[in-house]
Amino acid sequence: MARTLITVPETAKAGEIIEIKALVQHPMETGYRRSSDGDMLPRDLIRTFTCHFVVGPTAASAAEAGELVFAATFHAAVAANPYLSFNFRATASGTLVMVWNGDKGFAQRETVNLRVS
Amino acid sequence: MATRASHNARRSTYGCLSVRTLIALFVSLALSSLAHAADSRKSGFDFMQPSTQATQLDDTQNPAMLWVKDGQLLWNKPDGSAAKSCANCHGEIARMRGVAPRYPAYSSAQKKVVNLSQQISQCRIEQQRATPWPFEHESLLGLEAAIAKESRALPVKPPEHPLLVEAQKRGTTLFNQRIGQVDLSCRDCHDTLAGKKLGGNVIPQGHATGYPIYRLEWQSVGSLQRRLRGCMTAVRAEPYAFGASELVDLEAYLAKRAAGMPLEAPAVRP
Ligand code: HEC
Ligand code: HEC
Repeated sequence: MARTLITVPETAKAGEIIEIKALVQHPMETGYRRSSDGDMLPRDLIRTFTCHFVVGPTAASAAEAGELVFAATFHAAVAANPYLSFNFRATASGTLVMVWNGDKGFAQRETVNLRVS
Repeated sequence: MATRASHNARRSTYGCLSVRTLIALFVSLALSSLAHAADSRKSGFDFMQPSTQATQLDDTQNPAMLWVKDGQLLWNKPDGSAAKSCANCHGEIARMRGVAPRYPAYSSAQKKVVNLSQQISQCRIEQQRATPWPFEHESLLGLEAAIAKESRALPVKPPEHPLLVEAQKRGTTLFNQRIGQVDLSCRDCHDTLAGKKLGGNVIPQGHATGYPIYRLEWQSVGSLQRRLRGCMTAVRAEPYAFGASELVDLEAYLAKRAAGMPLEAPAVRP
């Protein structure tokens, strides 16, 4: 049950720089810790995050790639439930597509519409 | 780009106190004066690093909001053989404003003093006729966090009931009683030694105004009972089981002790 909390302004003026905030629920288990029984806890990390922007008035389909807005690689030093914030210059209406990928097949995809006037 | 730093390094050191820490603790206990000012009460928030405070103050950053969001969805979801949602009987969750600051409270349905999570479980079992959630279940914490959030900034306000007064009295006794191999009472740490360092942590005054909390050390949301059990383990005492009446008594006393202080749930704590 991966859950996310994404904060993006609903509307923006053309050329405006907006802040995008994204929080995702994930244990970020380092692979270096032991359980209370002494067994090594297997590594379970988010490895990558990407945010693409697909121009167009309608919601983007999964197939559309769009333009890369922001990307991050995660490592063992990032706390559980990682939070990211980054900026984006909005020029046209479209869809922000955010994808988290990680160990154990973790894959979370979220889309947010942005109206630019 | 901004991220929270990892607390993994500290996770393994949690648990019992070292001998050196203990000696330091007893020395400062002996040196402390027992001054009691009129209202010198401070939330645990005031003892935190600015970066942790910032995480609590910004709902877009506070990881507890993931649990709140879950709780808000559950509020509207029909469940159990009664196929009713919380909203079916209680209306919008915003109508829960003012509820959390009154807990623990006397429940006429259960004929005893209960905390907020026990009241939620009561409705889940008796009203929804759904399978009960175990203590610290994500969904239970989510609903509790979502309900408590509605009362942000309202003062803690225990109701008046003779059986609640009894619980507060028992809670006071427990709070003042020395426990564990370390032989310290809650009061020793949270009144006398509050503000002093214990290992790397500052000892707060122990006001439970932000529960359930997101604790960086737990990397998760947890209840006040989980927090209290942690304090008991730290002094090498056998913690009471989740749901034990002793823990509810302590919660009842803590609410009386924090009466009038603003609710700040869901708080973030180190
Ligand atoms: C050895 C000292 C010590 C003793 C004894 C102790 N605690 Fe604590 N307590 C702490 C410390 C340190 C913290 C804060 C840990 C952290 O999050 O950094 C804390 C946290 C708390 C908090 C959370 C406050 C907040 O801001 O969220 C509460 C409530 C609390 N204790 C209650 C109790 C009760 C009740 C007892 C007795 C059963 C007790 N404590 C015994 C050291 C102690
Ligand atoms: C069929 C109706 C019904 C449903 C469904 C129901 N409740 Fe209740 N709830 C009640 C009644 C009646 C009371 C007061 C008597 C009692 O304690 O049971 C109450 C009391 C409460 C209280 C205490 C309010 C106060 O002012 O102290 C809370 C909190 C609460 N419910 C939460 C929930 C939650 C959360 C859910 C969903 C998981 C839920 N309820 C589902 C009927 C319902």
